[in-house]
Amino acid sequence: MVNENLVKDVVKEPYKYGFVTDIETEKIEKGLNEDIIKLISQKKEEPKFLLNFRLKAFKKWQKMKEPDWAALGYKKIDYQDIIYYSAPKQKEKISSLDEVDPKLLETFDKLGIPLTEQKKLTNVAVDAVFDSVSIATTFREELAEHGVIFCSISEAVKNHPDLIEKYLGTVVPSSDNYFAALNSAVFSDGSFVYIPKGVTCPMDLSSYFRINSGDSGQFERTLIIAEESSSVSYLEGCTAPMFDTNTLHAAVVELIALDDASIKYSTVQNWYAGDEEGIGGIFNFVTKRGKCLGKRSKISWSQVETGSAITWKYPSCLLLGEESIGEFYSVALTNNLQQADTGTKMIHIGPKTKSTIVSKGISAGNSKNSYRGLVKMGTKAKGSRNYSQCDSMLIGDQASANTFPYIKSQQPNSEIEHEASTCRISEDQLFYLQSRGIEFEEAVSMMVSGFCRDVFNQLPMEFAAEADKLLALKLEGSVG
Amino acid sequence: MQSKMKESDPILEVENLSASTDNLPILKGVSLTVYPGEIHAIMGRNGCGKSTLSKIIAGHPSYSITNGDIKFLGENINSLEPEERSQSGIFLGFQYPIEIPGVSNLEFLRVSTNARRKFLNKEELDTFDFEELVKEKLEIVKMDHAFLSRSVNQGFSGGEKKRNEILQMALLEPKIAILDETDSGLDIDALRIVASGIKKISNAQTGIILITHYQRLLDEIKPNYVHVMSDGQIIKTGESDLALELEEKGYEWTDNFIKET
Repeated sequence: MVNENLVKDVVKEPYKYGFVTDIETEKIEKGLNEDIIKLISQKKEEPKFLLNFRLKAFKKWQKMKEPDWAALGYKKIDYQDIIYYSAPKQKEKISSLDEVDPKLLETFDKLGIPLTEQKKLTNVAVDAVFDSVSIATTFREELAEHGVIFCSISEAVKNHPDLIEKYLGTVVPSSDNYFAALNSAVFSDGSFVYIPKGVTCPMDLSSYFRINSGDSGQFERTLIIAEESSSVSYLEGCTAPMFDTNTLHAAVVELIALDDASIKYSTVQNWYAGDEEGIGGIFNFVTKRGKCLGKRSKISWSQVETGSAITWKYPSCLLLGEESIGEFYSVALTNNLQQADTGTKMIHIGPKTKSTIVSKGISAGNSKNSYRGLVKMGTKAKGSRNYSQCDSMLIGDQASANTFPYIKSQQPNSEIEHEASTCRISEDQLFYLQSRGIEFEEAVSMMVSGFCRDVFNQLPMEFAAEADKLLALKLEGSVG
Repeated sequence: MQSKMKESDPILEVENLSASTDNLPILKGVSLTVYPGEIHAIMGRNGCGKSTLSKIIAGHPSYSITNGDIKFLGENINSLEPEERSQSGIFLGFQYPIEIPGVSNLEFLRVSTNARRKFLNKEELDTFDFEELVKEKLEIVKMDHAFLSRSVNQGFSGGEKKRNEILQMALLEPKIAILDETDSGLDIDALRIVASGIKKISNAQTGIILITHYQRLLDEIKPNYVHVMSDGQIIKTGESDLALELEEKGYEWTDNFIKET
């Protein structure tokens, strides 16, 4: 057990991204009904098929029940007390970044995501989403030269309706689950990526999601399509201001990989987690799923989940194509009164499919951290293999960790391997490092990053360093 | 017993030190002074407080000092953090070196070495410069370079763990090294490697405290003084032949001293 006093002495670092941008916004009235959905669709000038998609989803949602099987406790969400569309007021049509409200550019600057031509990140194309709308997408022309489409999903609806109609809802059907249905009915913006046949995307693509207003939910939708023999690495970051109310975030992400295509999807989730007493913070209910449709296709999820009051998230892979590969690498850190119920589903449908799951849960404070995963071998998944490893690290004696692995096999000629472990940072380990001149906090963060190394190795370089720092920051003052 | 060495200032002064853990007294008035160039051996039964003494000098948070002082280079260090003690030149070689999964030994050694170098106002070493330094030090303990890429002490044999401790001592170049049963669990060859390593690292400016049960380490490294501990006190101090006498007569022999005091 770690020395309590020592722990309390450690300086607390506040949430760095908790500021609110003071900007005039256009909000619709609170509540959810068909008229609201029609209004959202109208504001976005959507084609008929999309409005129908939304209305169908809404009908289904009304008949569904909020799931209660997760190991999470939170006060009931009043879906009529949420604003479903909120956008910063700006000119009707923006043709260049110069016309974007400087306050918005400043906001993303402060978040470390500069968007302007002079300052923008040189090796990553960014789509910046502020509340319900996409503000800007960098490097679009450069990407277009390679035939890569990277834009907000609203623009994609306008400019590439055929692709949207063909793929939207094919991985996560609108009736998939309660939160996916809600998202399908009211989604406002998000990113769209299309990589044409044979193209290796020349740079990493990234979306940055910023929640700014306290009373509106964020419902973004991301769709990534990788055609035959193409590949892309996509990164996602998220932050929100500190409010003492809870904000609902219910996103849907769909990935589609055709023959020999590969998609790598990395997330660093740092939504506001609420304060030490558990007041405020984001309720994060997200459905992320990838479909390995093609032969030898590959979808790899890596996530570092550090924020949100509640996290409910299971990035999954449907392995249809012969010899397709699904991967899930996850670090979930909870502190104070945070709760996370996260994991993955690997559904092996095609023969000789392969999946790997590496999950690292770190629980500190009074938090609760659960891994929940399903590995399923279908009747045709002959010669398929799964390897799962779920490790939990407890910091202090008030935190809890659970592992819920579900295994279903209908194919005797397949292999499923599951390993799990739980460890605790011991006072002896801390003393050993300290007695070698290494300071208490650095000692803790060395051990935590050591614990997470298998996952960090999977993250893109800059992301890995950022994740490392983020974990250290999150643990400051909380190691007890 | 006065030697020429004592013309210089002491490195370590433990003065009438009492300490307890969970309100249970473990040390009951220990005094010990180490001058530069001296080697002290502390012997005694299990549970006599030898290991506790070493941990308290290194600043282990589980023990609290109830009376007395620890001075290092003339300064009271009672309230210094363990990392500050290490940085300023106190080294504890662990009886049971701790395994730290996932943390690479190389990175651990580098961070540790740099913490000490920073204190000494020496330039901190990047990965490449550190590789050079560590290569040279690996020679001293005859360790293979492959040890560096493994996790700290994880899956190391008993002997490898102890050699890793001496490697750390070689890198940190402490003013005083307290080696807690560094000889236990070593075969003869490993013992020789460890002993010769300790001798190579120490010099006329450093002090060494060897905590041991056995004469065989003291055959390799001849101590200037031997202290016998019992029930949290040093009950007898002598020169190196005291250890031989102890080996011959056993700890029962020392029980008489307690009766006398």
